[in-house]
Amino acid sequence: MPLASYAVVLSAILFGLGALGFVFKRNIITIFMSIELMLNAVNLSFVAFSRMRHLLEGQVFVFFVIVVASAEAAVGMAIIMQVARNRQSLNIERIDLLKL
Amino acid sequence: MSDFTVWLIIAVAKVIVVMVVLLTVVAYLSWFERKIVAHIQSRWGPERVGPHGLIQPLADGAKFLFKEDPTPEGVDRFVYFFAPFLALSLAMTTIAVMPLGPQVRIFGHDIWLSVVESDLSLLVVFAITALSVYGVALAGWASNNKYSLLGGLRSTAQMLSYELSLTMSVVGIVLMTNPNTLSLRGIVEAQRGTATLPGASHWFVFPQILGFVCFFISAVAETNRSPFDLAEGEQELVGGFHTEYASFKFAMFFMAEYAAMVTASFMISVLFFGGYLSPFPETQAFHWTFYLPAAMALIGGVLLVPHGLRYHTALGRVLLPVMGLALIGVGIVCALSGVIGIIQGPFWLAAKVFVVLFIYVWLRSTLPRIRYDQLMAFGWKFLLPVSLANVVATSLLVALRMNR
Amino acid sequence: MTVELILFLLLAVVAVGGAINLIAQTHPIHSALSLIVVMVALAGIYLLLGAELLAMVQIIVYAGAIMVLFVFIIMLLNAGKEERTAISRAATYLGVPCGVLLTAVLGWRMAMSQPGPLAPGADTEGMSRELSTLLFTRYVFPFELTSILILVAILGVVVLAKREM
Repeated sequence: MPLASYAVVLSAILFGLGALGFVFKRNIITIFMSIELMLNAVNLSFVAFSRMRHLLEGQVFVFFVIVVASAEAAVGMAIIMQVARNRQSLNIERIDLLKL
Repeated sequence: MSDFTVWLIIAVAKVIVVMVVLLTVVAYLSWFERKIVAHIQSRWGPERVGPHGLIQPLADGAKFLFKEDPTPEGVDRFVYFFAPFLALSLAMTTIAVMPLGPQVRIFGHDIWLSVVESDLSLLVVFAITALSVYGVALAGWASNNKYSLLGGLRSTAQMLSYELSLTMSVVGIVLMTNPNTLSLRGIVEAQRGTATLPGASHWFVFPQILGFVCFFISAVAETNRSPFDLAEGEQELVGGFHTEYASFKFAMFFMAEYAAMVTASFMISVLFFGGYLSPFPETQAFHWTFYLPAAMALIGGVLLVPHGLRYHTALGRVLLPVMGLALIGVGIVCALSGVIGIIQGPFWLAAKVFVVLFIYVWLRSTLPRIRYDQLMAFGWKFLLPVSLANVVATSLLVALRMNR
Repeated sequence: MTVELILFLLLAVVAVGGAINLIAQTHPIHSALSLIVVMVALAGIYLLLGAELLAMVQIIVYAGAIMVLFVFIIMLLNAGKEERTAISRAATYLGVPCGVLLTAVLGWRMAMSQPGPLAPGADTEGMSRELSTLLFTRYVFPFELTSILILVAILGVVVLAKREM
């Protein structure tokens, strides 16, 4: 099943790019979006492997990953809103100390 | 001619026909709305631009093309140009999965009367509806204008809230289909019923009346139409999210709103009113209903020709009789034995869509605008619990019927 | 070169391009738009891999609701362009090679991986129906747990985001 193995390589590339974004972006929201990109890459590898092995459990797990990602995004956004209100900035270099 | 060439020609022909019809309908929907609103308000509406104002959409289109198109300073250029394009292209795409008729046989080829056949067409429509929120949000943000931003955010929040009850109202419909399909064609076929009873008795609007009401209200709110058009009403936030958009881009938003209205009408007709199925029984005694499209076109044409010949402007005296003769020609073609089977499905679907569009325009001209906090409270605190209750009640009844 | 492979390559190029754009853009709204492009491209790839229901769920939930939340917050907080400080430059010069190394190692290992034995099971026909059956019979307990998770998340967001009256 060559298509699924190419999809697995694509998922690795997307994961690496998400990790890159996570490491060197400075804006909190962009970091959060890189996390979502990593989650999407993992979803893709789940679907590809479920296709390779003819099991549907991979897709079931993707369902749960999407649900958990949505809950996490909602709570994360609420936290970001409070932090932005407190520190008046979205740059993580201004938020990394407990002291103002 | 190989199989692939035949398939390609049929696909391209379907796309061309559907696109031409959709663009014409969207353009003349503006004429239709202005006439109906005007007549409800005891005035004439467009009357001067061509006979009965029929050239008005063409004049508006020409105006939009030639008007100055300023770009305000400080906007985010890519997003500013992209947002109306996104809104229009998404609004025009949902028609691709709508079932326009049953399978027919034209020139010896079996053709499904819809541009794309999909097993999940219901979800495709909801996916495109979910993505069309971006057109509004990005337009409001890109305009570098506080009022546009506020209007865009409000509109986005409104569309998101009513999307929930929109999708919940449809779960009852999916539960009622017998092999439980998510495809719109499967939902239409599940409303076919037996041949002796009138077709209308099997439509889903009667068992799912609660779902119908929820879906209709959510669809009106989702397309940002009156009475839920707070985000774009002129008396509210200037123009809302499309304040800073001038001629052609404003026309794109305008067309996108009408195309979304047409999509919502299609969905209501397909989900609740049996789509392309006829409301009459399918027995031999009612075979005369097959001649209804031809009869309506013929009567319309025969009435239009003398009215046109006595019209007060010269253009009307030429244009209206020509239209009348064209209608008579269409009527004769629809009565031919080859065409009569094919035209039934699209005719009934078009009739139902027309009725739903009329109700949309009627609502706009009658009801006052709802305030934003009332709107959000209504969507979250009333419609969503009612749709959920509909899902629970329907699943209970379906399970009880299955057990028996 | 089947049609499937060409489509997959097209969608893969779009996805990788979107991901690179996510990192390269300075304004968060452009990054958000690139992420939406990546998600829609991934939904297309799911369709190619036979996961139709998942593709639709990805567009409706991920690209159509979660990303709208991101875009909403970016607009609300009026996030501006990022600034380049000394620390971020150092992170770029050190981080990019490490990131490329990570991607290369991951990609090579995954390309070399042998898939396990084929499980006996049906293939593509009616996959949505089988997926939903699995979700509601064998995995109904995690399904209900995720609904409680969402309830907890809603409560948390309401508590976190409301202003003190």
